[in-house]
Amino acid sequence: MDQSLNLKPASLYAKREPVFNRRIDGRFRRLKWAIMVICLAIYWITPWIRWDRGPYAPDQAVLVDLAHRRFYMFGIEIWPHEFYFVAGLLIMAGIGLFLVTSAVGRAWCGYACPQTVWTDLFQHVDRFFDGDRNARFRLYKAPWGPAKIARRLGKWSVYLAISFATGGAWIFYFADAPTLHQVFWSGTAAPVAYGTVFVLTMTTFVLGGFMREQVCIYMCPWPRIQTAMLDEKSLIVTYKDWRGEPRGSVKKAQKNPEAFGDCIDCNQCVAVCPTGIDIREGPQIGCITCALCIDACDRVMSETGRPRGLIDYATLEDSEREKAGQPPTRHLKLIWRPRTVLYFAVWAGIGLGLLFLLGARVHTDLTVAKDRNPPYILMSDGSVRNAYTLRLRNMQGRPRQMEIAIEGLPGAKMWSDDIGMEEAARTLTRTVPADETQSLRAYVVVPAGTASQEFTFNLRAMGEEREQDSAQAQFDTPGVE
Amino acid sequence: MADADKTPTAAGRRIDEATNTATVGHEWDGIEELDTPMPRWWLWTFYATIVFSVAYAVAYPAWPLLSKGTEGMLGWSSRGQLRAELNAQQAQREQTVAALARMPIEELPGHPELMRAAIAGGAAAFKVNCVQCHGAGAAGFKGFPNLNDDDWLWGGDLQAIEASLVHGVRQPGDDATRQSMMPNFGKDGLLTSEQVQDVTSYVLSLSGREKASPASRRGAGLFAENCAICHGADGTGSRDFGAPNLADAIWLYGGTREEVTAQINAPRHGVMPAWDTRLDPVTIKMLTAYVHSLGGGEKFEIAQASSRARPGTGDGL
Repeated sequence: MDQSLNLKPASLYAKREPVFNRRIDGRFRRLKWAIMVICLAIYWITPWIRWDRGPYAPDQAVLVDLAHRRFYMFGIEIWPHEFYFVAGLLIMAGIGLFLVTSAVGRAWCGYACPQTVWTDLFQHVDRFFDGDRNARFRLYKAPWGPAKIARRLGKWSVYLAISFATGGAWIFYFADAPTLHQVFWSGTAAPVAYGTVFVLTMTTFVLGGFMREQVCIYMCPWPRIQTAMLDEKSLIVTYKDWRGEPRGSVKKAQKNPEAFGDCIDCNQCVAVCPTGIDIREGPQIGCITCALCIDACDRVMSETGRPRGLIDYATLEDSEREKAGQPPTRHLKLIWRPRTVLYFAVWAGIGLGLLFLLGARVHTDLTVAKDRNPPYILMSDGSVRNAYTLRLRNMQGRPRQMEIAIEGLPGAKMWSDDIGMEEAARTLTRTVPADETQSLRAYVVVPAGTASQEFTFNLRAMGEEREQDSAQAQFDTPGVE
Repeated sequence: MADADKTPTAAGRRIDEATNTATVGHEWDGIEELDTPMPRWWLWTFYATIVFSVAYAVAYPAWPLLSKGTEGMLGWSSRGQLRAELNAQQAQREQTVAALARMPIEELPGHPELMRAAIAGGAAAFKVNCVQCHGAGAAGFKGFPNLNDDDWLWGGDLQAIEASLVHGVRQPGDDATRQSMMPNFGKDGLLTSEQVQDVTSYVLSLSGREKASPASRRGAGLFAENCAICHGADGTGSRDFGAPNLADAIWLYGGTREEVTAQINAPRHGVMPAWDTRLDPVTIKMLTAYVHSLGGGEKFEIAQASSRARPGTGDGL
């Protein structure tokens, strides 16, 4: 107690320690390259893929058309009332993350997360401008002078260019890309387009260029969720301390082989780490399991003539087994276990369900809303009229002729705004424009003396696929006198 | 205290073994706090929010004072924003309004888009000006005509409806108002009470509500002498006088014997304001389009050709 009072207060805030990760080559680095290229290619190329949907729909393969409330994805078109497809996809994405986590640990963080991909990209830019780890460290320590300013400005402009390309590509998902591209540069695009590009450019610039691992460690909820989701059977990047400790240089180990483990304390695993952690301290929230330290350590091990895998993907369970001198579990067995199978089953089940719904959906729909005020109108000849608002939905990419017919309700006839009551009939025909919902007033009249009853509106789409739909409706009358 | 098993650092702080983190040096009943500092940028973010809040308070209305709040350098206000949005809306509508102002009402059906806009505008204006008498669904009440049906007192084409709206019904001070007056046949002694009963029988037989009887046959003669001049020889009414069609199923003041008798004895007469003194011509056109669209609107040409011949003239407007 007395002692603590005399203590100097600890600093409440820590300065960010900059990370100058060394270039490394190896199988995981190559995997990261491949995934990075694929992810960036998907992101930048997707809006430019064309997909012919005929003259009445946009020809962009992936398009979120907010203005017209349509979502296009290759052969699939989603209307707002079918948003459960998107919800289903999001649920699949969530369960997919669970599945990946339980099978191969934080693989998402290490390889595919945009923060990781863009940070990786920016770190390559660092290396291009400032050289590798030591050169960057020297430049960081060097006082500000013309050379340093020039290098920094050059680097930051490349950051900004990449960020602008990133933010700029985003808006192409929401409008016709070639058109928007032209309009954007002519300065006549919607203000929201420029605003979006500006915000996303700045977030990319700041998060990828400067915040980097701080995002993973302090901002992102996913590492926290993953710490809860990892179990003793999840693959994590492990420093095998039972094999490596105690550490000693090659020379020391040569003199006294029995006293030292395999770790030669070369710090290469720390040098290559994009988040600047020391994996030898054990699993930690800063480890995104990108496995670059495995590449680095494997190289050192081969150079010093020791078996690879001092740092390696391993489960906690396997670590115990290995410590005890038992052989590790086979990889297939790691992945094929009840938890992953369950996740996969749920994930695949939702996917199949969505596919089934997608295949089974009808492209025609009829809804009926009856006028409730007044419920009925007495006509001069004693007949009774009810009014309905029908909505005919045509989800096909071409105009379709649709016929609405009254089923039941003896003696009933109907007319609409465009045809007078003189031409009232049992059916109405309308051409519904491509990919639209048309609303239509229907006045239904029955002879005097008809009782209140239910009846049906039948909708029939003319043309190749004879889709149909029907809707129940109530007809109100003053009653039989 | 068990200070012996702690290993103080240079600053006198212990390193926690499990986490390899220094403690801040505080201890409460053996519980210690690890020194896990916040990142420095977090602090800068906090300062940035403070700067932002000060800037916001300067730029926007922020401080409540005695009579009103500070106004802010930018001069923004929620009322001002509303005004701007309303003006923008108004500007958007301007073209439609101008087109409606230019267009004679009978040409409206040739312009479906304008018609739709007019109907929508009319629906809104109806809810403000008309529902008090005609009801929210325009179905009227006893004595207030139902506008949904095909029965019109003064005519159901666009021109007739507009004229009724502009000049009103029985509005003093408007020369072109819809004007007619049915005499108090019973009250003023023009017919005896027996004669009124006979005429009632005849009127009710016109629409089949009562069977022909000696009384109705007596009433027929009286009807021809007293009523046919306005209601027509066959009782189908006349839109020139707003005389209701007595041969149809619709009864403005009720179709029972008592109600019809009362109406012959001392008729009541509906009144509607002349709306040109209260609403602008475009709003009246919109109301016209809306009323016409309710399901009983008559085509202009047809109505023109057959306004006399049409039997359906009971009690519309």
